Amino acid sequence: MSKKPTELEEDEVETTGHSWDGIEEYNNPLPRWWLWTLYATIIWAIGYTIAYPAWPMLTQATPGVLGWSTRGDVAAEIKAVDVANAEIESKLAAADLTTISADADMNSYANNAGKAVFQTWCIQCHQTGGQGAKGYPNLLDDDWLWGGDIESIHTTIKHGVRNEDDDDARFSEMPKFGADELLEAAEIDQVVNFVLKISGQEADAALVTDGAVVFEDNCASCHAEDGKGDRDQGAPNLTDAIWLYGGDEATIRDSVNNARFGVMPTWAARLSESDINAVATYVHQLGGGE
Amino acid sequence: MAFLDKHKVIEKNATILMVLSLLVVTVGGAVEIAPLFWLQNTIEDVDGMRPYTPLELTGRDIYIREGCYVCHSQMIRPLRDEVERYGHYSLAAESMYDHPAQWGSKRTGPDLARVGARYSDEWHVDHLTDPQSVVPVSIMPKYGFLSNKMIEPTYITDLLSTHRFVGVPYTDEMIENAAADFKAQADPDSDYDGLQARYPKSQVRNFDGKPGISEMDAVIAYLQMLGTLVDFSTFTPDANR
Repeated sequence: MSKKPTELEEDEVETTGHSWDGIEEYNNPLPRWWLWTLYATIIWAIGYTIAYPAWPMLTQATPGVLGWSTRGDVAAEIKAVDVANAEIESKLAAADLTTISADADMNSYANNAGKAVFQTWCIQCHQTGGQGAKGYPNLLDDDWLWGGDIESIHTTIKHGVRNEDDDDARFSEMPKFGADELLEAAEIDQVVNFVLKISGQEADAALVTDGAVVFEDNCASCHAEDGKGDRDQGAPNLTDAIWLYGGDEATIRDSVNNARFGVMPTWAARLSESDINAVATYVHQLGGGE
Repeated sequence: MAFLDKHKVIEKNATILMVLSLLVVTVGGAVEIAPLFWLQNTIEDVDGMRPYTPLELTGRDIYIREGCYVCHSQMIRPLRDEVERYGHYSLAAESMYDHPAQWGSKRTGPDLARVGARYSDEWHVDHLTDPQSVVPVSIMPKYGFLSNKMIEPTYITDLLSTHRFVGVPYTDEMIENAAADFKAQADPDSDYDGLQARYPKSQVRNFDGKPGISEMDAVIAYLQMLGTLVDFSTFTPDANR
């Protein structure tokens, strides 16, 4: 059945001693390099569990002699970047916004950092190129709701618009002239036609004259008598061809009936002062900055 | 090898084999699982955590029903790129009232652990109704039908009680007022002082901007509170966790 080691002839390999229908199995030794590698990895694993956090004990895992932790690691990584940028970041955070563009180094840094911030936090509404979408303003043109100089842009970004989280958020609220029955249906017809007229569109001339009166009584306090809007109240200019929600008759009617209440979050809590300065600089230089 | 020969006894007796196998698995399981209940880093105490409001919890159930977790995780890993993109890395304690947790190990869409207050309610309505209208490259399906399904807090008391059964500290007062809180949160004209006293930092708005409470309201109420409870300006991470 099986040969005892003593029965082995010279150069003959030992068998496992098993025999199946006369077929035997050699018991070749493992290659030495393989075996020693196995032992080495076992020893290395023991060293690893001593060096790094590993064994769960009663209240916490063994911390490891190197003191490494996931949280410490990410904190160190973030700190390394912060330290590398510390000089220009603190300069940027303290900078007078209007002077950033004059300083070539700071301007270049602010635009690059600002673009990164913009691509992370802003594009979901204002889109990748800053062109906006329905309900979310285009930042490339020179039509601004709350002002297009860098200070105004900075304030808008920092505190947001009509959000509940920041007491300094920009705020105004258009009344729901139709839904809350502030205007008669006929008056709404008139004022919608007046807005069509001042924005250079085709309007029912018979209604426009009365619409002008309705507009002056109800709308001019925010949108101004000439309909050119008021940036202090975020009231859009109604005389140009730029519309946030649409300038066709049905959309204007909807806006008068149900009003609009565009909200932008506050970024003061999420972004650092230098990040906000950077993204304000970036947006200011996108095309429409004043 | 006299000892190993005895092993034959076990191998030849199925009952003993099963009993002893169970014993080995029990010991192995206990050693792996039991420490989790005592290890400090898995039971870190963090200020600000509270159970979900009834409306948020309903929204959370819809989130799970629609399989949002298939594409979206709710776990920001402690890596610099994730922290830069999503905000402070998630803490275990932030999922303490999640049954089940929504962590996930794969993302098709972005992580949602801190999506709360990042976008306006209107954006969420636009985005859920037609994701491509605000994110042109998105492959997310449309969820506009959520607006059409009006919901009532019929089973909300049972839902809260069930969560209490599995360890969420809902008080008797919370459970008693569940239906009222559910309605109050979506109605800014209601008396919601009690709701906000029971659930600090709860947001009261007409989330979808339309009359009545739809599934859209509930989902947005849930999304808008994600990751907003812990104030990280006052949180000092214990490095050794």
